[in-house]
Amino acid sequence: MKTYLPSGLPKPVPQPDGLDAPYWEGTRRGELRVQRCRACRAWQWGPEWICHACLSFDLAWEAIDGRGTIYSWERVWHPVHPALEDAGPYLVVLVELPHAGGIRMIGNLLGDPHQTVTIGAPVDAVFESHEDHALVQWRLT
Amino acid sequence: MSRTLRGRVAVAGIGETAYYKHGQSPDAEFTLALKAILRACEDAGIPPREVDGFASYSNDRSDPSRLAAALGIRELRFANMQWGGGGGGGAAAVGNAAAAVATGLADCVVVFRALAQGQFARFGLGGQVPAVSGEQAFTFPYGMISPGQRYAMRAMRFLHDHEIGREPLRAIALASYRHAQSNPRAVMHGRPLTPEMYDASRWIVEPFRLYDCCLENDGAAALVLVPAERARDLRQPRVYLLGVAQGSEHRNAAPVHNAPLYATSSFTTVAPHLYEMAGVTPGDVDVVQSYENFTGGVLMSLVEHGLFRADEAVEVCTLENLLAPKGRLPLNTSGGNLAECYMHGLELQLEAVRQLRGASPNQVPDAEVSMVCAGPMVTPVSSLIFGTEATL
Ligand SMILES: [Zn+2]
Repeated sequence: MKTYLPSGLPKPVPQPDGLDAPYWEGTRRGELRVQRCRACRAWQWGPEWICHACLSFDLAWEAIDGRGTIYSWERVWHPVHPALEDAGPYLVVLVELPHAGGIRMIGNLLGDPHQTVTIGAPVDAVFESHEDHALVQWRLT
Repeated sequence: MSRTLRGRVAVAGIGETAYYKHGQSPDAEFTLALKAILRACEDAGIPPREVDGFASYSNDRSDPSRLAAALGIRELRFANMQWGGGGGGGAAAVGNAAAAVATGLADCVVVFRALAQGQFARFGLGGQVPAVSGEQAFTFPYGMISPGQRYAMRAMRFLHDHEIGREPLRAIALASYRHAQSNPRAVMHGRPLTPEMYDASRWIVEPFRLYDCCLENDGAAALVLVPAERARDLRQPRVYLLGVAQGSEHRNAAPVHNAPLYATSSFTTVAPHLYEMAGVTPGDVDVVQSYENFTGGVLMSLVEHGLFRADEAVEVCTLENLLAPKGRLPLNTSGGNLAECYMHGLELQLEAVRQLRGASPNQVPDAEVSMVCAGPMVTPVSSLIFGTEATL
């Protein structure tokens, strides 16, 4: 499996209380799902048991269009985990999703890790398969 | 009585252990805590058995009941842990202790922090676990694991929003190292940093180079707080708490970097409360200690405390202006977390007190108002202002 970062990093698992299970189920099917309040229609990310906008507990999981823009970024050089010893540099981006209320997600920016990164640049989601989960990555469009 | 701590609590004593590189403390972490507390009591001229409370932050492992038993404290009346925020709890711990003293919950409270990162996990490494869930599941698999990686993202957006280059970050790092050269306590004493060394240093995570990042150290530090009335009988020059505030903005901890106000050091709501209680303005502040986890957070803290505007940063946040005794804004005058010791920021509180005693290794002449900003970009953060008798 070709992945942006080497294997050996901590594996993401759903929270024991089930809060984010729909997200992880979705990504395995190539679907990006986030929370949306049934009562006030507010988008919410990351997941929580209550809507921060209207305090309703009636939250749905909606599939969204994986198009966004780079809100911030960083190029990581120093490995803080043994799996990253020879992985640097690599790019981490914070992506804003205007089609989902401007929520933001963290991911890697695919492509040359030395590239010039521009805040505001358009990106779209790419699903990166791992053994029993998928990560959402981003590429410039 | 108005609801304020202004002038009601005094710092009776300060103390610290020798500061070590991480992993090099010959003492157990608990011994470090005990030694710092005993030194602070000795500095105050207060018998250790008269201490009746302890306050700390960031889940300090030296439990107050164990301390009270070990020190033979006559009676424990206050045991307080500031919740969350790591080093952002430094000023809050002083505030919590002061609130106890001012309201009669206790009479003599020690604020302390002890760290032996060699004996426990280091802050700068992370993710050495097979699986993660919750917020970490949305960041760790992308190689965003350490505090530096978490906060570089905020700092990068701040620099972008205000079109600031890296010059102010460099000035902040150089000022700390310069101040450490006249401070024999400093781990980096005798190890000066030149602009050339800074510029040639490796990237850790852009926009931070090696010297933009705090040290990791072993040691302990402590302050003893008593009611202001008692300050008259103390052996040390009088230093009073003028104001303190803690917290963060609306939904600052919204998960996975979704804070509505993202490019913040978390002080935009805290700083106005601080100044209101202290009864001073940014222009009254003579000297500032601002917690350096990373230099970008220091820059943001100074802006959010109104010491200069973001659009003035390149012009004002220069090495010349940051250096004691003559700079316009003397900053981190002991060397701070970058060059004195990463005592999780409590060393900054001690230095702020020394400035008002006239006892700093880089003394600002006639300092009357001394500020500490603790823990930028985390939540909750906290900041405080100490003043001399003349400021009451
Ligand atoms: Zn709602």
